[in-house]
Amino acid sequence: MANWIEACDADDVDEEDVIPVEIDGHQYAVYRSPDDRYYATDGFCTHEQFMLADGLVMGNIIECPKHNGRFDYTTGEGKGAPICENLATYPVKVEDGTVFVELGG
Amino acid sequence: MTAPDRIVIVGAGECGAAAAAALRDNGFAGSLTLVGAESLPPYERPPLSKASLVSADEPTPVLAATAERLADLDVAFISGIAVEVIQRDDRVVRLADARELPYDRLLLATGARARSLPIEGGGHALTLRTHDDAVALRSDLVPDRHLVVLGAGFIGLEVAASARQLGCRVTVLEMAPSALSRAVPPAIADVIVERHLDEGVDIRFNARTTGIRLTDNGFALDVTGNAEPLPADLVLAGIGATPNIELAADAGLECDNGIAVNSALQTSDPAIYAAGDCAAAISELYDGRRIRLESWRNAYDHANTAAANLLGGSDAHQAVPWFWSDQYDLGLQIAGLFDAASDNVSRKRHDDTTIVFGLDGDGRLVAAGAVGAGTSIARDIRVAERMIAARLKPAVGDLTNPDQPLKKLLQA
Repeated sequence: MANWIEACDADDVDEEDVIPVEIDGHQYAVYRSPDDRYYATDGFCTHEQFMLADGLVMGNIIECPKHNGRFDYTTGEGKGAPICENLATYPVKVEDGTVFVELGG
Repeated sequence: MTAPDRIVIVGAGECGAAAAAALRDNGFAGSLTLVGAESLPPYERPPLSKASLVSADEPTPVLAATAERLADLDVAFISGIAVEVIQRDDRVVRLADARELPYDRLLLATGARARSLPIEGGGHALTLRTHDDAVALRSDLVPDRHLVVLGAGFIGLEVAASARQLGCRVTVLEMAPSALSRAVPPAIADVIVERHLDEGVDIRFNARTTGIRLTDNGFALDVTGNAEPLPADLVLAGIGATPNIELAADAGLECDNGIAVNSALQTSDPAIYAAGDCAAAISELYDGRRIRLESWRNAYDHANTAAANLLGGSDAHQAVPWFWSDQYDLGLQIAGLFDAASDNVSRKRHDDTTIVFGLDGDGRLVAAGAVGAGTSIARDIRVAERMIAARLKPAVGDLTNPDQPLKKLLQA
């Protein structure tokens, strides 16, 4: 069964930006793309555990705030060194101005 | 030039390891050998003064490439053996164990070493550059011991912060009137110094140490202006690094505060490149100045430029200089070069953090830096880095206005 959790207001995230969201003690990052879609990933870089929400969003790419590692936040795919591991992504839906994340059962 | 069949990389730090991986990424299928003087696989040096030092146990190395990873890349990794000489006429490097490695292209990523203290008893001071250095230093950082750090540069201040976190008493002696040299604007250096003072570190400027003597229970330092010698349980010298150029110089390669390379990282011998801390490169971004940087990111960025050019490219290195420092929970980041700026302007963000921007005489953005909690300043510095790369000349009023998103200036 889907487990949709309320993450934030849609207005909390600017276009082409990211914010940190904590749910049940876990850190997630919620993104709003330049074409106004919402995405969610784990909150920390897979390389050295830095908070991705402090990084820069350019198009569909989030850059780690420390080591310049890059991920496509729409798919979680790492974009070259020093990233070895992809980023976990989560389904997102927006209803009545609220962003929900599906974290699994 | 014809494509190389054999590439040898001398130096197995961040730069050498990254270059090996980048050569394979770029499709190089020939023989690739990586030679490191230390016995460990390639490891990252930044944690040595920070996370590794404050760990409860003996520091564990953070590997940049494991032995398995190097094997997967089909890299022949020779560790624990120094390179003795480059025989350029035969295109061969000879190792300390008399092995000879022929090359078509050679990359020198020999790094730098900690500068030793040129004073009486200077040998009593520890230095910090390698994993073994960190292990030795960590074992002496026992609560209530008094550590005296010579030099208020990055290594000195990072070790001071780590030692305070471990419960040591810490005194920092700096010859100059301020911390962190020209690379960091005073507004940023002051935040860091204030934090050290708040944490109980005794920082003394204009303090020159003239000698270190062994005493019954530690050391005594003679410091100018002090009538009494300063007692210490241990002493660390953080007075900078010297590039490892001897191999290159002995082979007759041009050197100039490092192994001299052009903007494509090629030495005065077209078959030999140099990258990372050891390389003094012509910078197109900074008006053809020769610059040598000691930073993790430069080692990594240089490695990628060198890898492309070792395979026949002639790309000028374009990456903007960037480095960071972590002290306590403060994170500092600097993009560009403040010594290229003729004017600094600052933006006070709504979280009270100050971003400093350096502009040259034409109003071009050439540097940006800030210090704040964790990685809170990372995004602004990253945008500024892109603005520097794009050689933008932003209006001062836009830079200083905290309500003007920097990203908008980049996209304008």
